[in-house]
Amino acid sequence: MQAIAEIDPLAAPHARPHGAARETHDGAGTFWRKYVFSTDHKVIGIQYAITGLCFLFFGFLLMTMMRWQIAKPGEPIPIFGPLLQAVLGDTAAKGIMSPDLYNSFGAMHGTIMVFLAIVPLAFGAFANLIVPLQIGAPDMAFPRVNMASYQAYFVGGVIMLASFIIPGGAAQAGWTSYPPLATVVATDGQTYWIIGMVFLITSSLLGAVNVIATVIQLRAPGLHWFRLPFFVWAQFVTAFLLLLAFPPLESAAVMQLMDKVAHTSFFLPAGLAVAGPDGHVSGGGNPLLWQHLFWFLAHPEVYVLILPAMGIVCEIVANNTRKPVWGYKSLVYALLILGFLSFIVWAHHMYLTGMGTKISTFFQTTTIIISIPSVIILTCLFLSLWGGSIRFNTPMLFALGFLPMFGIGGLTGLPLGFATSDIHLHDTYYVIGHFHYVVAPGTIFALFAGIYYWFPKFTGRMMNEFWGKVHFWLSLIFMNLIFQPMLFQGMAGMLRRMADGGANYSAARVPDAVGGLSNYIMQMNTMISYAVWMLGLAQVPFILNFFYSMWKGPKAPSDNPWQATTLEWQTPTPPPHGNFLTAPAVFRGPYEYSVPGHAQDFTPQNQPDRPATT
Amino acid sequence: MHAAMEIPYVSTPRPDTGLYNAKIGIWLFLASEVMLFGGLFSAYILLRVGAPDGTWPEGWLNIPVGTTNTVVLITSSITTVMAWASCKMKQFGRFKLFHGLTLLLAMTFVGIKSYEYHDKFTHYEAKLNDQLVLADGKTVFGNLVANTNGVVLFSVSTGQPGEYEATPAKYAQAQVAKIVPGQIVDGHLVERAADHITLSGHTVAEHAELMNMRSAAARHIQHSEITLVPAQLRSIETYGPWHNTYLAIYFTLTGLHALHVLGGALVIGYLWGPGSKLWQTDPERFTNRVEISGLFWHFVDLVWIFLFPVLYLL
Amino acid sequence: MINWEQLFGLPPLASQQGQAIDNVLIYTHWLIAALLIGWSGYFVYVLYRFRASRHPKADYLGVRTHASNYLEGVVAVIEGVILLGFSIPFWAKAADQFPKEDASVVIKVAAQQFAWNVLYPGPDGDFGRQDPRFLSAQNAFGLDPEDPKTRKDIVTLNEIHVQVDKPVIVHLTSRDVVHSFKVLAMRVNQDAIPGMSIPLHFTPTRVGVYQINCAQLCGNGHSGMAAGRLHVDTPEEFAKWLKSKSGAAAAPASYE
Ligand code: HEA
Ligand code: HEA
Ligand code: CUA
Ligand SMILES: [Cu+2]
Repeated sequence: MQAIAEIDPLAAPHARPHGAARETHDGAGTFWRKYVFSTDHKVIGIQYAITGLCFLFFGFLLMTMMRWQIAKPGEPIPIFGPLLQAVLGDTAAKGIMSPDLYNSFGAMHGTIMVFLAIVPLAFGAFANLIVPLQIGAPDMAFPRVNMASYQAYFVGGVIMLASFIIPGGAAQAGWTSYPPLATVVATDGQTYWIIGMVFLITSSLLGAVNVIATVIQLRAPGLHWFRLPFFVWAQFVTAFLLLLAFPPLESAAVMQLMDKVAHTSFFLPAGLAVAGPDGHVSGGGNPLLWQHLFWFLAHPEVYVLILPAMGIVCEIVANNTRKPVWGYKSLVYALLILGFLSFIVWAHHMYLTGMGTKISTFFQTTTIIISIPSVIILTCLFLSLWGGSIRFNTPMLFALGFLPMFGIGGLTGLPLGFATSDIHLHDTYYVIGHFHYVVAPGTIFALFAGIYYWFPKFTGRMMNEFWGKVHFWLSLIFMNLIFQPMLFQGMAGMLRRMADGGANYSAARVPDAVGGLSNYIMQMNTMISYAVWMLGLAQVPFILNFFYSMWKGPKAPSDNPWQATTLEWQTPTPPPHGNFLTAPAVFRGPYEYSVPGHAQDFTPQNQPDRPATT
Repeated sequence: MHAAMEIPYVSTPRPDTGLYNAKIGIWLFLASEVMLFGGLFSAYILLRVGAPDGTWPEGWLNIPVGTTNTVVLITSSITTVMAWASCKMKQFGRFKLFHGLTLLLAMTFVGIKSYEYHDKFTHYEAKLNDQLVLADGKTVFGNLVANTNGVVLFSVSTGQPGEYEATPAKYAQAQVAKIVPGQIVDGHLVERAADHITLSGHTVAEHAELMNMRSAAARHIQHSEITLVPAQLRSIETYGPWHNTYLAIYFTLTGLHALHVLGGALVIGYLWGPGSKLWQTDPERFTNRVEISGLFWHFVDLVWIFLFPVLYLL
Repeated sequence: MINWEQLFGLPPLASQQGQAIDNVLIYTHWLIAALLIGWSGYFVYVLYRFRASRHPKADYLGVRTHASNYLEGVVAVIEGVILLGFSIPFWAKAADQFPKEDASVVIKVAAQQFAWNVLYPGPDGDFGRQDPRFLSAQNAFGLDPEDPKTRKDIVTLNEIHVQVDKPVIVHLTSRDVVHSFKVLAMRVNQDAIPGMSIPLHFTPTRVGVYQINCAQLCGNGHSGMAAGRLHVDTPEEFAKWLKSKSGAAAAPASYE
C-alpha cells in the first residue's frame, strides 16, 4: 500500500502569533461588548468556566466548614468561625456552626455543586467552548440566546448567594428540598432557592436548545452523525436530558413557590402539626408529588453530570493512546440508551416511601438495566487502552484516573439499585460515598483533564506538566481518603445530613442500646475531614498553574500541540471570531490515529484523502 | 484575507434537515414546554385521584364563559395562520390585518380570564360560629366546647373573626334555649365594611355540600343577601388558590398559561409593530419569524384545549 | 465459618428478614469486588504494557476478540439473578405478605419533630377511634376521647416494646415533616410521611435494647432525634411491661 501524502498541520499556514486573529476578526467594539455582553460562544464558554470554577470553589469552602463540625461537633471553627459570626450572626454564635447553619450549608453545597458548578462547567463551559469548534461551526446557532443563557445562570447564582445573608439564612431542607420541611422551615431562603432554580432552569433550557440546534444544523459538510466526536454526542444527549427533565422540576418549583407565598397545599396534607408560614393549610396535598417531580429531574440530572465527563475522557483517551477508541458505535448506542433509560428510573431514590411490589419491581429492573450501558461505555474505554501507545501527560492522567473512580462510584450504585439492599443503605454515607465517587474523582477529574487538554487551544499556552502531575496525584490520594471511608461508614449505618457527624448516634453516647456507631467508625470522621482540607491544599498548584500559565506559560508549539484529529485543533489559536478561516469539510471519522500506511500517527478529520489540487 | 465564517441556515433551510435554525429551536423549546405543562397536569391527576370522595369540587367554573374563551383562542390560531400565509403571498397589508386580529383576540382572552379570576377572588366561604340562644332571648356566638352533666361550656367570640375569650363561659342547661351549630355561608361579595360583610349567596350546614355545584340540588339554590358581623365569623376566606387544592391547581395552571398568552401577545405585538420593519429588508426572515411566533401560539392554544375540559368539564 | 456481615462492616443483625437483606448486600458486593479486582488488574497491566516508551507504535485496531461481550453478558446475568432471585421476591414479601395481626404485636408510630410517638391498642387489642379533628400537642394520634377503646390504649414516647420471635407490625405516619424510621439491627427502614399511614413488619430474634434512628432530614433537630429505643423483650417481660402501662393514665390527657 502506498503511503498517502499528507499536509503537515504543524507547518500549516495559520499558525501565527496569538492575538492577531482577534484583532482582525472580532466584530470589534468596547470592552463590554467583547467580554461581558459578548455573543461569541468562546467568550460565553469562558464566562461559564470562570463562574463555574468560582462556584466549585465556594461549594467546597462550605464543605470544609461542615467537615469541621462533623469532625469536632460543637467546637468553634478556627479562622472561618469568627467570620461566619460576623456575617451571619447568631446561627454561628461564638464561631460554632448551629444545626440550622449546617443544614443550610449542606443544602447549598449540594445545590451549588450540582446546579452552579458542575452543570455550568461540564455543559455550559465545555459544550460552548468545544462543540461548535468540533463540528466546524462558526458559532452556536443562536448566539444571543446563548448570552441570555449565561446571564440567567448568573442571576440565578446571585440569588442563591444572596439567600445566605438574609435573616434566617439559606435553604435548609437539603438540595432535594422535600416538603413539608422545605415549606415550613423558618427562613425565606427556600423562596430564594426556588426563584434561583427557576433562573437556572431557564439557563439550562436555553443552553440545551442551542446545543441541540447547533449540532443538528451547523455540522460541517461531510461531518455526518457517525463521524461526530464522542464528546459531541455526549453533549448532544446531555442537552436532551436538560431540555426534557428540567421543566417538570420547574413545574414543581412553581407549586412549591405557591405553597410558600400563596399558601396553597400542593405538597401539604391536612392535619399537619406544623403549618405554613401563616398557619393556614387547606390540606389535600401530597408530599410524594414533590419527590416524584424532583427525582424525575434529578435522576437524568446525575447523567448530565457524568455524560460530558465521559465525552471529555473519550477524546483524551483516544488522543493519548494514539489509536481510535474501541467500539465507537457501541459507545454511541450505549449513550443513547442511557439517555433514554435515565427518564424511567427516578423512583429508585424513593424505595422507602412505602412503595408496592409492582412499582418497586419496575424501578429496580430499569435501574439495573441502566447499569448495562454504563458498563458498556466503561468497557469500551478500558479496551481502548489495549494496543495503544500511551502518553502519560496531565490530561491523560486525569482521564485515566476517571475510569476506576467512576467504576467504583458506578458499582456502588448497584446495591443502592436493588431495593432490598437499599433498605440498609438508604440515607447513609454509603449513598454519599457512591455519588461523590462519580461526581468528584469522576466528573471533577474529567473537568480537570479537559482544562489541561484544551487550555492551549484558548490561551495559546501550555500548562505546567510537573505541577499538573502533582495536582493529579495529590487529588487522587485525598479524594480516595475522603470517599472510601464513607462507604464503610455507610455500611456501618452512619446516616447522612447529621449536623453532629453522627455523635448522638455513637456508641459512646448511647451505651444502653445496640446500634450505636463504633469509635472506629466515628474516628473516620476526623480522618476524612483532614483529607478534605488537604484536598483543598492540593488545588493550590492547579490554581497557580492555571493563572500563571495563562500569561506566562510556554507558548504552545503549534495550533495542534497534542497532534489531535478533531476539528477544534485545525483552526488558529485562539480561534478568531467565526472560528474557521475557511469553512472546513470533513472526510473521515473522529479518531483516525495511527492509520496503517499513513506517515503520521494522526489524520485530521478535515484532511482530504488526496491533497487538494489548488 | 479570508472573511470570517457566518452562521448558516439562519433563514434558508439546511438541505438534509429541511429546516432553518429557528424552527428547530422553537420545536425544541415547545418540547420542553410540553414537559413543563406535563408536570403540572400529572400533579393535577395525582391530587385529584388522591382526593377522598366528595372533596374534589365539581362545576365551580362557568362553562359558557370558558367556552367563549376557547372559541376566542381557536379563532386566534386561525388568524395567526392567515397572517403567515399573507406573508408567504407577499401581502403585507393582509398580514397587518390578521396579525392585528390575533393580538386583539389574545387580549380578549386575557380580559375574559381576568373576569373569571375576579369572580373567584370575590367569592367567599364564611364558616360561622356556633350560636347559643339563651333563655332570656340573648344570643352569643362562639365555640361549643362541651355539653355534659347539665353544663354547657361555650367559648365566646371576642368580636374578631376566629378569636375567643380565653376561658370558656359556663351555662347551666336551663339557661340555654337553643344551640345552633355553626353553618357555612357561601356567596359573592356585595359589600364589605369594618363592622359587617354582605354576601349574595346561600347557607349550608356542611362544607361538603359546596363541592358539587353540578348536582340537581345545586341548580335550585336560591341566592339571597346575607349580612354577617365579625362576631359571627369563625373564619372567612375567598376562593383564592389557598382555598383548596382544586383552586390551587386551577390558578397555577391557568396563571402559567395566561403568562404564556401574554408572552405570545408581546411577540405578536412586536412583529405587528416595530418588528415589521424587517419586512422591507428581509421579507423571508420576517416570514420565518411570523411562522415561529405562530408555532408558539398554536402551542399556547393547544394547552388551553387541554385545560378547558380538565378544569371546566371533568 | 467466616462472618461475612462482619467482614463487610455491617452492624449486628437481630431480625429474621434481615438475613435476606444482608444476603443481597453481600452478593452484590462480591460482584463489585470481582469487577473491581479484575478490571484493576487489567488496567495496571495495560498501562504498563502499552506505555509509549515501551510500545511506541499504536495498533490501529486494538482488541480484536469479543471477550468483552461475554463479560458484559455475565455481569448482566449475575445482576439479573440477584434481581429476580432475591431482591424482587424479598420486596414482595416485605410489602405484601404481612403476618397475621392477631399473632403479631401491632403498634402505631407517629413521628414528629423530634421524637417518636407510639400507640398500643392496650389489653382489648383494639385501637381507639382516630380523627384528625382531635389532633393536638397532647393527643398525637387524634384519639377520640369519647371512644371507650381509647381509654385502654397505651401511648408512649420514644419507647417501643416488642416480643422476641413474634412478628411486629408498625403502622407508620408523621405529624409534621418527613422522617424515616430506621432500626439498624432489625434492617428496618421506612419513611414516615405526613398524610399517609404505611405499614411495615419485622420479626426480632434477639432480646436487647436497640437504637431507633431518624434517617430523613427533618429539621434542625434531625441529628438529635436519637432518644428512640426499641426494647425486644422476652414474652414474660413484655407481658409485664404491657400490664404496668395499661390502667395507668396513659391515654391522652384530659380534655376539659
Ligand atoms: C453523576 C452522578 C451519578 C451517576 C452516574 C450515578 C449512577 C448510578 N446510580 Fe446514583 N446517585 C447520584 C449520582 C449518580 N449516580 C446521586 C447524586 C445520588 C444521591 C442523591 C441524594 O439522595 O442526595 C445517587 C443515589 C442513588 C440511588 C439512591 C440511593 C438512596 O438514596 O438510597 C440509587 C439507587 O438505585 C443509585 C443508583 C445508581 C446506579 C444503579 C447507577 C448506575 O448508572 C451506575 C452504572 C455504572 C457501573 C455499573 C460501573 C461500571 C464500571 C465497570 C464495570 C468498570 C469497573 C472498573 C473498575 C472499578 C476499575 N444512585
Ligand atoms: C456535583 C456534585 C458534588 C460535588 C462535586 C461534591 C464535592 C464534594 N462533596 Fe458533596 N454533596 C453533593 C454534591 C457534590 N459534592 C450533594 C448533592 C450532597 C447532598 C446534599 C444534601 O444532603 O442535600 C453532598 C453532600 C456532601 C457531604 C455530606 C453532608 C451530609 O450529609 O451532612 C459531604 C461530606 O463530607 C460532602 C463532601 C464533599 C467533598 C469533600 C467534595 C469534594 O470533592 C470537593 C472537591 C472540590 C474542590 C477541591 C474545589 C476545587 C476548586 C477549584 C479547583 C477552584 C479553582 C478556581 C479557579 C481556577 C478560579 N458532600
Ligand atoms: Cu426526624 Cu430526621
Ligand atoms: Cu438516580
